Amino acid sequence: MGKTVLMQGNEAVVEGAIAAGMRFYAGYPITPSTEIAEQSAVRLPQVGGKFIQMEDEISSMAATIGASAAGVKAMTASSGPGFSLKQENLGYACITEIPCVVVDVQRSGPSTGLPTSPSQADVMQAKWGTHGDHPVIALSPSSVRETYDLIIRAFNLSEKYRTPVIFLMDEIVGHLREGIEIPDPKDIEIINRPVKKFAKQNGLPYHVEEGEWVPTMLPFGKGQRYHITGLAHSESGFPTNDNATAGKLVRRLIDKVEKNLDDIVTYEEVMCEDADVAVVCFGGTARAAQSAIEQAREKGIKAGMFRPITVWPFPGKQLEALSKKVKRIVVAEHNDGQMLLEVQRVVKNNCKVDFVGKIDGSVLTPPVILSKIEEE
Amino acid sequence: MASELIDKYMRPEHLPHIWCPGCGNGIIMRDVAQAIENLGLDHDKVVIVSGIGCSSRAAGYMDFNTIHTTHGRAIAFATGIKLANPELNVIVLAGDGDISAIGGNHLIHAARRNIGITVVVFNNNIYGMTGGQYSPTTPRGEKGTTAPYGNIDRSFDIAGLAYGAGASFAARGSVYHVQQTISYIQQGISHKGFSIIDVADICPTYYGRKNKKGSAVDMMKYQRDNAVMQDKAVTMTAEELKGKVVIGVLAQVNYPEFTKEYQKIIDRLGREAEERERS
Amino acid sequence: MAQKKLVLNSAWCKGCGICAAFCPKQVLAISGEKVAIVNQDACIFCGQCEQRCPDYAIYIEDNEEVGNQWVRPY
Repeated sequence: MGKTVLMQGNEAVVEGAIAAGMRFYAGYPITPSTEIAEQSAVRLPQVGGKFIQMEDEISSMAATIGASAAGVKAMTASSGPGFSLKQENLGYACITEIPCVVVDVQRSGPSTGLPTSPSQADVMQAKWGTHGDHPVIALSPSSVRETYDLIIRAFNLSEKYRTPVIFLMDEIVGHLREGIEIPDPKDIEIINRPVKKFAKQNGLPYHVEEGEWVPTMLPFGKGQRYHITGLAHSESGFPTNDNATAGKLVRRLIDKVEKNLDDIVTYEEVMCEDADVAVVCFGGTARAAQSAIEQAREKGIKAGMFRPITVWPFPGKQLEALSKKVKRIVVAEHNDGQMLLEVQRVVKNNCKVDFVGKIDGSVLTPPVILSKIEEE
Repeated sequence: MASELIDKYMRPEHLPHIWCPGCGNGIIMRDVAQAIENLGLDHDKVVIVSGIGCSSRAAGYMDFNTIHTTHGRAIAFATGIKLANPELNVIVLAGDGDISAIGGNHLIHAARRNIGITVVVFNNNIYGMTGGQYSPTTPRGEKGTTAPYGNIDRSFDIAGLAYGAGASFAARGSVYHVQQTISYIQQGISHKGFSIIDVADICPTYYGRKNKKGSAVDMMKYQRDNAVMQDKAVTMTAEELKGKVVIGVLAQVNYPEFTKEYQKIIDRLGREAEERERS
Repeated sequence: MAQKKLVLNSAWCKGCGICAAFCPKQVLAISGEKVAIVNQDACIFCGQCEQRCPDYAIYIEDNEEVGNQWVRPY
């Protein structure tokens, strides 16, 4: 049993990340994610890690990737405008397969928007923000305790699949304070990037062994000199213009996530067994939704909640199954209907899909969701 | 078939390189290899970081830990690498557009921080990879495909800019002045702090052709005939320096180096924690 | 016999002419699209061609028949 402490969501990101082995943070101040930088600045040198405040969001992302290439688990955090600026280098981490974690504490937009107000409008940016076809893993916590556990999982997935993982927070959870029990370090599962000698790969640093999805990785400075490039590259790591080689690379990048959904995808179902109506929501919105379905149950409406924890890849198979059991789905999110698009794509005509959202920076409250549940 | 130096520090299986006939990039890349040879650095402890553009391809040809990053961001990636593992010799190879336009912010801030990386600028006064657009170092009045009537921007002095921002070592070389340039790169790598060597490069294909500068040989002869050493240059007026190629060490000063200063914080916190445990 | 020799790797030569232009003894000349050694005997092994060749196509190496006595001047 670990100790119980009062902690803010943004602090839990840092404490969980350190527990996961994060020893490098590069960032730039931006509301409402700044506490993550502040806490990292305090905590990292205490554990022998490094913190650097970079000159901008772009360089924060770049330094994070650089540190990871040098063998150190690295993270950066930002919010809407900063997350937009990080997109190019996020794609660089995808194609070069350098693990890193990028926290986006979402706020109202577009542009500067309402900097201190909650939002969940970066769902699609998380998936499509950087150019080109690429895989995305994006996790979204709905409580402080879950933040702690899930950021550890973000690092584990990033290391295992050698891909950037987006931690899609929102202002609600980022600034929420809750008493949480910190798990004992020996109870925490830590996954580190697959490291082998390249000699086994015939000097091909991007060669993938039979039955594996990702190449092994050795940090710079450890005696296996190799080349990393954002250009399409062969197993040798060197650039290629060959269409077949480039196609094979991008296909593998996508497949290493898409073909491992059973390992990656997580979600939560609450009172869905007998539900007639299911609320689909994620992150901070789930707190209001949980309260709304409980109130609905008190009124005799069989309501449940389906919460993707991996926003990307989306738990499509699981929601599809649910959509065949319920009469109606209500998608509730702090945006104008982004996850809604994915829900509609998955559910098709299995049941009716309604939407309740917020785009004015105010909080989606239980009564608002409840009245949507009660509409029919 | 290549010289000992090239065999030892390049990846000959990837040569000949993609650069145009007469392009000075190959000369600067060799200067870097020679400087590393002269210093006797361990191959495995050298990281070459590049951005995007003609110059950036150098990383792939050199047999070290090499990383070809995004446009303008080489210094930012290098900062992460150096801070994560300060024992590595981190060398950034960059073009003038790469380092002083899109990457200008990282240049001045890395200089200000005085982080111990070395930046070698392949300064050919033009965007070569995209076909000859004017850059921040294209002299006023010269032409590029995007300055068809002559460039009206004033140009950057990259070494001066970095020094002004806090770089503790700044020098200027040229592709003609091989010995001096190798020596400056050597001094820059040995220097404890941020170092920059701005090397006057030649681009006969775009800059030369667009501005009637003649062949690669003509452009190199121009460097030879118009070179002014730094100690002489400081006595000359701006008017007298027009069109001159200044060679030499602009500045070398001792400021605290960033990664060493950070390590002091880690060490202090470690000592304090130990003391708390004892008491 | 000289202790050093001039080696030309024509496959890498792009014919820019820099080596020939800065050779102090007119050892080299552009012939067609590549450089050629036209007066090997005049070579003083100063290394200027090697240093300035952007393509690493020309260099000086020890003449093994004579033995390894040459020390690089730079």
